[in-house]
Amino acid sequence: MNFQTTIGLEVHVELKTNSKIFSPSPVEFGDTPNANTNVIDWGYPGVLPTTNKGVVHDGIMAGLALHAQIEPNPHFDRKNYFYPDNPKAYQITQSETPIAHDGWVEIEVDGQKKKIGIAEMHIEEDAGKNTHESEHSFVDLNRQGTPLIEIVSKPDIASADEAYAYLEQLRQIVQFTGISDVKMEEGSMRVDTNISIRPVGQKEFGTKVEMKNINSFNYVRKSLEYEEQRQQRVIMSGGVIQQETRRFDETTGKTVLMRVKEGSDDYRYFPEPDLPVLTISQDWIDQINQELPEPPAKRREHYVNELGITDYDAMVITQTKEMSDFYDQMIKAGADAKLAANYLQGDVNAYMNDNQVELQDTKITPEHLAMMIKLISDGTISSKMAKKVFKAITKGDDPKAFVEEKGMVQLSDPAKLQPIVDDVVSANPQSVEDFHNGKDRAIGFLVGQIMKQTHGKANPQVVNKMLKESMSK
Amino acid sequence: MNYFNESLTSVHSKLVNGDFSAKELTQQTLANIKSVDGDINAFLTVAEKDAVADADQIDQKGIDKDNPLSGIPVAIKDNMLTKGLKTTAASKILENFTPMFDATAVEKLKQLGTVTLGKTNMDEFAMGGSTENSAFKITHNPWDTTKVPGGSSGGSAAAVASGEVLAALGSDTGGSIRQPASFNGVVGMKPTYGRVSRWGLIAFGSSLDQIGPITRNVEDNATLLNAIAGHDKHDLTSSIKEVPDFTSALNKGVKGMRIGIPTEFMSQGLDDDVKQTVLDTAEQFKKLGATVEEVSLPHTKYGVAAYYIISSSEASSNLQRFDGIRYGRRAADVKNLEDLYVKSRSEGFGDEVKRRIMLGTFSLSAGFYDAYFKKAAQVRTLMNNDFAKVFKDFDLILAPTAPTPAYGIGEDVSDPMTMYMNDVLTLPVNLAGLPGMSIPAGFSNGLPVGVQLIGRPYDELTVYQAGNAFEQNTDFNKQTPKMGGTN
Amino acid sequence: MTEKISEDQVKHVAELAKLKINDDQLPYFTTQLDKIIGLFETLSEVDTEGVEPTSSVTDQVNVMRDDVAENWHQQQALLDNAPDTQDGYIRVPTIIDESGDNN
Repeated sequence: MNFQTTIGLEVHVELKTNSKIFSPSPVEFGDTPNANTNVIDWGYPGVLPTTNKGVVHDGIMAGLALHAQIEPNPHFDRKNYFYPDNPKAYQITQSETPIAHDGWVEIEVDGQKKKIGIAEMHIEEDAGKNTHESEHSFVDLNRQGTPLIEIVSKPDIASADEAYAYLEQLRQIVQFTGISDVKMEEGSMRVDTNISIRPVGQKEFGTKVEMKNINSFNYVRKSLEYEEQRQQRVIMSGGVIQQETRRFDETTGKTVLMRVKEGSDDYRYFPEPDLPVLTISQDWIDQINQELPEPPAKRREHYVNELGITDYDAMVITQTKEMSDFYDQMIKAGADAKLAANYLQGDVNAYMNDNQVELQDTKITPEHLAMMIKLISDGTISSKMAKKVFKAITKGDDPKAFVEEKGMVQLSDPAKLQPIVDDVVSANPQSVEDFHNGKDRAIGFLVGQIMKQTHGKANPQVVNKMLKESMSK
Repeated sequence: MNYFNESLTSVHSKLVNGDFSAKELTQQTLANIKSVDGDINAFLTVAEKDAVADADQIDQKGIDKDNPLSGIPVAIKDNMLTKGLKTTAASKILENFTPMFDATAVEKLKQLGTVTLGKTNMDEFAMGGSTENSAFKITHNPWDTTKVPGGSSGGSAAAVASGEVLAALGSDTGGSIRQPASFNGVVGMKPTYGRVSRWGLIAFGSSLDQIGPITRNVEDNATLLNAIAGHDKHDLTSSIKEVPDFTSALNKGVKGMRIGIPTEFMSQGLDDDVKQTVLDTAEQFKKLGATVEEVSLPHTKYGVAAYYIISSSEASSNLQRFDGIRYGRRAADVKNLEDLYVKSRSEGFGDEVKRRIMLGTFSLSAGFYDAYFKKAAQVRTLMNNDFAKVFKDFDLILAPTAPTPAYGIGEDVSDPMTMYMNDVLTLPVNLAGLPGMSIPAGFSNGLPVGVQLIGRPYDELTVYQAGNAFEQNTDFNKQTPKMGGTN
Repeated sequence: MTEKISEDQVKHVAELAKLKINDDQLPYFTTQLDKIIGLFETLSEVDTEGVEPTSSVTDQVNVMRDDVAENWHQQQALLDNAPDTQDGYIRVPTIIDESGDNN
C-alpha cells in the first residue's frame, strides 16, 4: 500500500515589543521570578486588559510579509482553561477574526518549488512558566502576557523535508521583518506539529497525531519522519491510528505517547468584552507595507543574478536580516561580491560562533570589512596578513590605519624587489639549477628566502613572477 | 449625624461655614452608623480609623468651597477595589482580600476630597436582587426591616435610605443600582455603558457592568456622576466623549419633552400599585408640559433569557480567576492541583454564584454556543434596535423600575427563576448600554416605589432633567423610613 | 417536560468550571438549571437570520495603548498577597498533567 502524508504546523512566534500585549509590564527575560509582573499579569480582580498598538502593528507586518489578507475588523476572543500559568484562566487570543488569513510561503525541496498555504495568523498572549519539583510546582508570571503570533499552515505539507523547508522559510521571512528573534533555542519560536497519513487516492484525511514543543527544526524533521513510518507500520499491521499527543525523544529518535485525546477540548471561546473591536485602515496597512524590508527571497535573487554569487552563498547570507544588510553595505562600500560572501561565511561566522555573539553586537562594521577586502583585492595585503587585520577589525580598528601603523603593506614594487631577487638568485645556484631541471619545488624555496629577507612583506605573486623572469634570462 | 433632611449642598455649606469640621462630620456619621446599622446591616466593613484620619487631612487642607464633595463621607459597594481596605464582593473566596489599588471611580472621589467610610453589603459578586446572597450578612430594608433592600447594591441603597450616608456608589449589571433604589426610596443612576471606568470594579458581566451613584436626590446624583465619569486609559471601553456638567440639567423643566412608556413594560406580572405609580408619574410629567405616549419594545419578553445567558457566560469566564492560586482563599488540605482548584472554588462560592457559573459554562460549551450565547447576542441586537427606533421619536422612556415593591426576606431566594424574572424591567437597559435612573415616585403599603427614566446613549442630561423636574414637584424623596418592622 | 439538561451534563459542566456538586445536591441543581435553560430556549422563537450578534455596546473602536513599558513595581506586594510562595515563585501542588499548557 502506498501512503500520502499530510502535515500541519502551528508556529508560535514571540514578538520583541517593549511592553506586554495587554499590560504595560516590560517584555524582558532573565529577571528574578515575577519581577516584570503587575496586577494585570496576575489576573487580579477588577483589572482590565489594554491592547498594545505595537503588537497589532507587528501582526499586520507579519501578515503582509507572508502574503496574507489583513482582517479589517479583528476582535479578540477568550479561550477558557484552568492552569497555574494562566492567571485569568482564560487566554486572550483571536478565534473568530484572526488578524490575517490566507497567506503563503514558497519552499524549495530537491529543486522543486512549492507554495505552502497559511490558513491564518492571530495575535495572543503567552502564558507564564511552571517549573516542577517532586512535591510542588512553581509559577513565574514574567512571561505571562508576552505577545505571540500564531501561524497555522494549511494541510499542504506532504513530507518532513517540506516541513523543514517551510519552517526555515518562515523563520527567515519573519526574522527579516524584525518583529521577532525567531530562535527555537530561546523559545521565541515554538513549533507544534500534526501529521496524518492516508492511502493514496483516499479522499478524507487520516487521524491526526499531534506533537508539541519540539526543540529544533532538525528534531521536527526527524520526529515527522519517524512518525510517518510508525503510522505506516501501524496501518500495515492492521492497526488503527489513535488521536493522540506524542513527544519526540531526542536520545532514541523515537516519538513517545503523551496522552490520548478523548473528544475535543472545550475552550468555550467567546468575544472578549473588555476590548473594543479594532479597525485596521488601508492607510495603516499601506504605511506598514512601506516599512517592510525587502524579503530574503528577493535579496537572494538579486545576489545571484546581479552580484553573481552562488545560490548557496546567497542562502547563507540571507539567514538573518542583519547578515544580509551587512552584506549589502559591504557591496555598497565597494567590496568584491565573492570575497565579501566568503568572509561573511568564513571568518565572520567563525568569530560569531567562537564568541557566541550576534553580528550586530560585534565591533565589526561593513565598511571596515569592505576596506580590508579591497586591500586584499588590490594586492596591498596578502590573505595571510588579512588574518591579523581581521582581528583588528573585530576590535573596531580601522583596517587601513592598522596596516599602515604595523607597516604591513605588502612589498609589490618591482624596483624595490629586484635587488633582493638578484641577491637570492646569485646566492643559491643549486636551486637555480634545480629550477632549470624542472624541479618546481626549487622556486618555492627561493620565494621563502625572499620572504625571510623582507620579513614576510613581499608580494608572493610578484616575487614568483620576477624570479621566473630572472632565472629565464 | 443622620442625613434625612440633608443634601450635598446643605452639608457642604455647613462644612464651609464651619458648623462642623470634616472630622466631626465623619465622627458623627460613624456614630450614627453604629447606632443604626445593627438593624440595617448595610455595611460589611466600616473603615473607622482611616475615615477619621482622612477627614482630618481634608480639614488640614481646608474645605474646598467650590467643590460640593469636599469632606463628604461616602460608602462604596464592596465589589469596588479600595486600596488598603478589605474588598470581598461579599464572597468567602475573597474574605481576606485587601487590594493594592483603588478603582478609578473610588480614586476620583478621593481626589475630590470624599471620605470613604466603608464597604457596603451586596449579593455575592453582584449576582442577585435582594442582597440575601451575601456570604456574610443579610441587609434589611430601612422602610421595613422584614423586607429585602433589593440588590445587588442593597447595602449602598439601604445606607443612603437609612440616613447613614448621603451618597454611595453601586454597580448595575441588570438593575443592581435601580432596583434597590426603587425598594429604598432613593435615587439610583446606571450611567451609559462606558461613561464610568470599570477599572477596579470586580467584573460580573463585562459588557453590562457600570458603576453609578446612589443618593437622596437628583442633584446630588448628578454631582456624584460629575465626579466619577470620564475616559480612563485603564478601561478601553470607557468613552472618550466629553463629559458634560450633569448639574446643568437641573431646573429646566420638561416642557416639550417627548416621553414614551413601553407597553410591554406595563403588562402582566406588574403590581397594581407599581403600575399606578407609573401612570401617576406620567400624569405629573404631562402636567409639567411633557407629552407622554405608549411605545413598543417588542422583544422585551426575550430580555430575561438573553440577559441571563450573556451575563452568566461572561461571569463564568470572569470568575475563573478565583482559583485559590495567586490571591484570595486557598482551600486547606488539598491532595493535588485539581483538588486545590475544585475545593477552593466549591468552598469559596455560594450556590447562586455556582448556578450562574454553570449556566454560563453550559451556554458557551461546545455544541451549545450557537443556540445559546450567539443567539442571545443576536436577540440583544434586536432589543437594542427596538430602543433605537423609539428614541428616534422620543427623548425619554418612562417605565416601572421593578415589578413589585420590596418583598419579604426569604421569600424569593428558594426559586431562582422568580428572582430572575424580577429583573425584566431593568436588564434591557444594560443590554443596550443606556443610561437609566430610578427615582422615588410613590408608595405601596408604606414601601417606596420607584420609576425608571431611560435616556439615549450618553444622554444622562435628559434623564437628570426629567428626574429633577419631577422631584421638584413631588415630595416622595422627602419621606423618611421608620427603620423598623411592620409586623 | 422534556429534559433540557441531564444530571450527567450538569456534572460535566461543573467539572469544566472546576466546581464540585455533591451527589445529594445534584438533583436540586439539575432541576433549577433545567428550568432556566427551558427559559433560554424561548429564544429559539426569535428569527435572528442575518442578525449580527452584539458582544459589546461600547462606543469605542480602535483604541489601543502605545507600546511603552512601565514596571509598576508590584512584585513584592503581589507575592505578599499570595497564599503560598517560595523564592519569589507562586507555589502550588505539583502539576502532573503537563499537557494543559496550551496556546
